[in-house]
Amino acid sequence: MARKPLQFQLNGRHQAVFTDDGQNLLDLLRRGVGDLTPKYGCGQGTCGTCTVLIDGEPHLSCLTLAETVDGRQITTTAGLAEGAELHPLQTAFMDNFAAQCGYCTPGMLLAAKALLDRNPSPTREEVVEAISGNICRCTGYEPIINAILDAAGRRNQRRYG
Amino acid sequence: MALHRGRGFAAINYPIGMNLGGDPSQALVHSNPGGKFMVALSSIDLGQGMKSVTRQIAAETLGVPVEDVYVDTADSDTGPHCMGSFASRGTHRVGNAVIEAAREARAVMLEAAAEELEVDPGDLVTDGQGNIHVKGAPSRTITTAEACAAAQFRQGRTVSGRGIFLIPLSEVDPETGEQTPVSCFAHAAMIVEVEVDDETGEVAVLEMNSAYELGRALNPKLVEQQLVGGAWMGMSHAAWETTEPYYPDRDHGPIDFNSYLMPGPGDIAPHSIAVLERPAPDGPYGGKGPGEMCANPVLPAVANAVFNAVGVRIDELPITPEKVLRGIRANGGARPQGRP
Repeated sequence: MARKPLQFQLNGRHQAVFTDDGQNLLDLLRRGVGDLTPKYGCGQGTCGTCTVLIDGEPHLSCLTLAETVDGRQITTTAGLAEGAELHPLQTAFMDNFAAQCGYCTPGMLLAAKALLDRNPSPTREEVVEAISGNICRCTGYEPIINAILDAAGRRNQRRYG
Repeated sequence: MALHRGRGFAAINYPIGMNLGGDPSQALVHSNPGGKFMVALSSIDLGQGMKSVTRQIAAETLGVPVEDVYVDTADSDTGPHCMGSFASRGTHRVGNAVIEAAREARAVMLEAAAEELEVDPGDLVTDGQGNIHVKGAPSRTITTAEACAAAQFRQGRTVSGRGIFLIPLSEVDPETGEQTPVSCFAHAAMIVEVEVDDETGEVAVLEMNSAYELGRALNPKLVEQQLVGGAWMGMSHAAWETTEPYYPDRDHGPIDFNSYLMPGPGDIAPHSIAVLERPAPDGPYGGKGPGEMCANPVLPAVANAVFNAVGVRIDELPITPEKVLRGIRANGGARPQGRP
């Protein structure tokens, strides 16, 4: 099996790794790089917990061939906090009790980040649409939707405050 | 075709824990080298809040800040014996075991503090901020960490405690058939509003209103979180989830998350909840816990609402469009029952 060198930015840091033929991005991030924040759920692109951002757009890393991310910017949940300071979305998830078992949370956070980065003041419907590819078994979604709207409000406050 | 609104009601008396062979849980509490406390359990936190609630209970009983308590729910290799996290038993059974363990550890901590302060342990109180002082004389004081360090380095005591809470096996009386399988009940009532499409058979849950009585809500936000999330699961069980929805062949059934249906974030129904707090006499600080009953009343309430909407009585879950349509056809059309 051929191994291929690969370079990309992971949460703002340069990464140079080898990838195996056919390896998916989730496997590369978890086993190759050691970033365990993207979760393995269904492995077939339906649960959303492996979501990562590639050049700011949400992608299902379990369905993304690793070699396609050469030269691109990848964001995972590990890149959300700045030092000890949590990302506003993470704080809002905590304040709104938007996680129970927590397995969907990394995907939810990144789907939400992609939304807020392009639409800082989403409607409730837009939030629902943004997370519609992510399955949650515990919360009933309501606290997650509220958390994202809450984070949007905070971001706006900070921007104009 | 028409859309029919219906309203359904369900009430529930729900057993906390179970009693098929006795229902015990154990807890161990000890001070650690950092001057804080560890609660060792085998009751796993599945996201329902086991760690948060037992941490609160231990801190309250020990008389220390909640930040000074860690909970380790590692596994059955390292923790004490526990039946597990199921049957809505966690808060009640494990919470009571934690209280007993924390009381024993607190007693040793106060004895150690008493020896250092040269007073009677019965005269000591904790302030919940990490200090122990003589009742009525706050200047005669020692921190909980100092007391535990004195126990370790000078007095040779273990600041630790063991706790077990056991609901013993209730045998069936051979004469009367009587038994006490459950000693603690929680209660709830729920009203659900649905809309049924008589052409497609689809059921949409529009609104849920519920009242829950589950003892003292030891952590009200966690209780609310459980009730909101559990009702979603109940709605999913009532009208969505099954491995065999597709007539006529089993092979048409779902094999993955693409075809196994659950309500998504766009399908949720507004849910208003009233929590009534009636502390349980045998509960830890009066708590019973929400547990499984978060989901259960939704199912009969939806079934009743469907009957109210189109006159079809469905007694096999989930209430799929196929079952609704068959029922409507068997009745010769939708038969709305009117507003209850």
